[in-house]
Amino acid sequence: MTVPSPILQMTGITKAFPGVKALSNVDFRLFPGEVHALMGENGAGKSTLIKVLTGVYSIDEGKVTMEDKTISVSGPLEAQKVGISTVYQEVNLCPNLTVAENIFIGREPCKLGRIQWRRMNAEAEELLKERLNLSIDVAHPLQSYSVAIQQLVAIARALSISAKVLILDEPTSSLDQNEVKQMFAIMRKLKSEGLAILFVTHFLDQVYEMSDRLTVLRNGELEGEYLAAELPRFELVLKMIGKELKLLEELPKLSTEFKEEAGNKMITASGLGRKGAIAPFDLAIRKGEVVGLAGLLGSGRTELARLLFGADRPDEGTLTVETTGQTVKSPRHAIDQRIAFCSENRKTEGIIDDLTVRENIILALQATKGWFRPIPRKKQDEIAERYIRMLNIHPGNSEHLIKNLSGGNQQKVLLARWLLTEPELLILDEPTRGIDVGAKAEIQKLVLSLAKQGMAVLFISSEMEEVIRVSDRVAVLRDRRKVKELGGGQLTQQHIMEAMAGG
Amino acid sequence: MASRLVRHHLFWPLCVLAALLLFNLLYSPDFFSIVVRNGNLYGSLIDILNFGAPLMMVSIGMTLVIATGGIDLSVGSIVAISGAMACLTISKSSDQSSLPLVFGAVLASIALSLVLGLWNGALVAAARIQPIIATLILMVAGRGIAQLITSGQIITVSSDLYEYIGAGSLASLPFSIFLVAAVLIAASLLTRKTALGLFIESVGSNARASRLAGLRSNTVILSVYVFCGLCAGIAGLILSSNVSSADGNNAGLWYELDAILAVVIGGTSLSGGRFYLMGTVIGALIIQTLTTTIYMIGVPPEITLVVKAFVVLAVCLIQSESFRKSIAFRWAKRKYPAEQEAARHVS
Repeated sequence: MTVPSPILQMTGITKAFPGVKALSNVDFRLFPGEVHALMGENGAGKSTLIKVLTGVYSIDEGKVTMEDKTISVSGPLEAQKVGISTVYQEVNLCPNLTVAENIFIGREPCKLGRIQWRRMNAEAEELLKERLNLSIDVAHPLQSYSVAIQQLVAIARALSISAKVLILDEPTSSLDQNEVKQMFAIMRKLKSEGLAILFVTHFLDQVYEMSDRLTVLRNGELEGEYLAAELPRFELVLKMIGKELKLLEELPKLSTEFKEEAGNKMITASGLGRKGAIAPFDLAIRKGEVVGLAGLLGSGRTELARLLFGADRPDEGTLTVETTGQTVKSPRHAIDQRIAFCSENRKTEGIIDDLTVRENIILALQATKGWFRPIPRKKQDEIAERYIRMLNIHPGNSEHLIKNLSGGNQQKVLLARWLLTEPELLILDEPTRGIDVGAKAEIQKLVLSLAKQGMAVLFISSEMEEVIRVSDRVAVLRDRRKVKELGGGQLTQQHIMEAMAGG
Repeated sequence: MASRLVRHHLFWPLCVLAALLLFNLLYSPDFFSIVVRNGNLYGSLIDILNFGAPLMMVSIGMTLVIATGGIDLSVGSIVAISGAMACLTISKSSDQSSLPLVFGAVLASIALSLVLGLWNGALVAAARIQPIIATLILMVAGRGIAQLITSGQIITVSSDLYEYIGAGSLASLPFSIFLVAAVLIAASLLTRKTALGLFIESVGSNARASRLAGLRSNTVILSVYVFCGLCAGIAGLILSSNVSSADGNNAGLWYELDAILAVVIGGTSLSGGRFYLMGTVIGALIIQTLTTTIYMIGVPPEITLVVKAFVVLAVCLIQSESFRKSIAFRWAKRKYPAEQEAARHVS
């Protein structure tokens, strides 16, 4: 497998931000025709390494060589020129332009200053078919296709710039299982064509399924480079999280014992539905109970949660908050009745970029109090400090802007925001997406301890093991319809899978 | 310590203002002199504060609107309407200096400004029209309304009491400065001592997330436009009172652009989010000082605007962090003359 000389080599890379050393003396190499997984917890320096490589950040120390030539990349465009292309976790394309336009944006084939549409569309079509086995109408706007296709288009765009190195940053995090398979088939094909692929993901299964080689980072330092075949899973996890082994050992113990007598009902939905979002469903959540929602991507999990929170309006059915006897008209109305909703879209629906960690934490509580009764600054600091310690938010400075925190820590801040409102029903939509193993376990444990204190929790996740681990009951969704509710002894992967697959 | 000073959001605006004042001082050494006449202070600095008062007032309101991610183009028109309304009310009376009359006129103007602000806010918050379009309506129509009020004439009034607002003195200083200070303090207290500032910044930074966090963003948006209308209305009173007349056509002309510029110079981003009221006030002072400077050094009238444009460009570039960085980068990378000399001999 190994070709003698690497196509890309980074040596002694160091990068510091004010107050943080994001990378210190990190080496990294990439061989043609391999899939190389970059592993590490949140804040290990994965994103920084990629941003350094693609010229988003400058390098403080160290050098990068590509095909034995030293290169200094000072911007994403230049990175593309030397043959390094990146496809990010959140697709960075223009949804309102056509597929072909997205692929050729900035490099449209021109003749006498006019864009040759026909040629561009033909080339785009050919590119998608030849290299990605994908036949779609390239003249349709990108937004009319699923996220999976959009991601493939992003890859096609990267390939069309004659990339030698392709960086895939969490390419599978928003894909369902079939789409992941499709993505992997394409990655294998590209690999066999001699492309060097840098693969970043949080799914261990996928790492072992796809990658030939692993580089593990921890706290901004290089932990080591390994052949995937020679590094057992358990050891990889150990290397990633370092000494916090205890946390992982506690994982299996999390599985809850079946609760004989559930508490009073907290919320009841009967025949609740919204056209194009989710078919009418019945669901009751009791106090002290964790209800899981399982289903493939796009099966209506988020849509269901949004109806319960009043973020979208239902067209039919009734929703009753049993503690107040009222329905839910708006997010604000939901919050007033002690319902909290942690959205899956952290960036667009969760964090407020410009505000500090402290302000982000107190926001929802302050909103319930209204503008005229501000929480005293001293109290705010206390609250922020308390939650930073409780949830282990890093860096622990409440005056940092939240946009400078890593994804996992942003998630914890959002969790803090909602816990502060002391909800009786907590809706968590993908609370552990894009989060490292350690933080995941912490959040799962937190959910269980909250339920023990009497909170009702609706837990949504695309990771089935996680849903099973924390839930007392699981509602399974398929094709925007609630198809089954499983509890007790039925709560196994096998049963859930059957319900999800239908038939 | 030094770097913290440089990174403070008021550092660059204050530098620019200081540079402008310094230039004036070099150009005319008695620029900073303030004389006492009839118990009142006179001098260029006082003039800048006095003539800059309406702009500062409008800019304070504009800051909050921009912080929510909006913009208000109609402030210039509201300035004209407010002045016209007050002057019309006063001019119709025989005893123009009577206290109830002037008080009533001022109240009527302010009420009208609030209604106009409410109109803008309703279009943006309830009808969900893009702010630039929503306020463009009143920007254009407002001039018409002002001319309707004045019947296309310039209304002059002779009321000592009304004149006091824009030309009177309190404790040796122009009264208008106190009005600006009062509004600035009120706005600061209202936004920083309550949670209103947090809500405004939150809505401006991420409206969707704010809604899901339980904020009533419509109320926040509505109230900033109303406040902005109020500020413009007071500015209109100051402006018309200062010249004892109302000109529906030209009063407050292009104020919206100067106000937006002042806000941006003050460090508030046009995309919304964090806002800086003090920065805005300094921004407005920079613009007023610039205008004064241009008049004072006798730039020919036909090229005044061009000169102003160039200075504004320079100010904006100095303010831009990325521009400063790229300059610093080039500077660091420049070859030293001696090295260049040496290189020439080597090659």
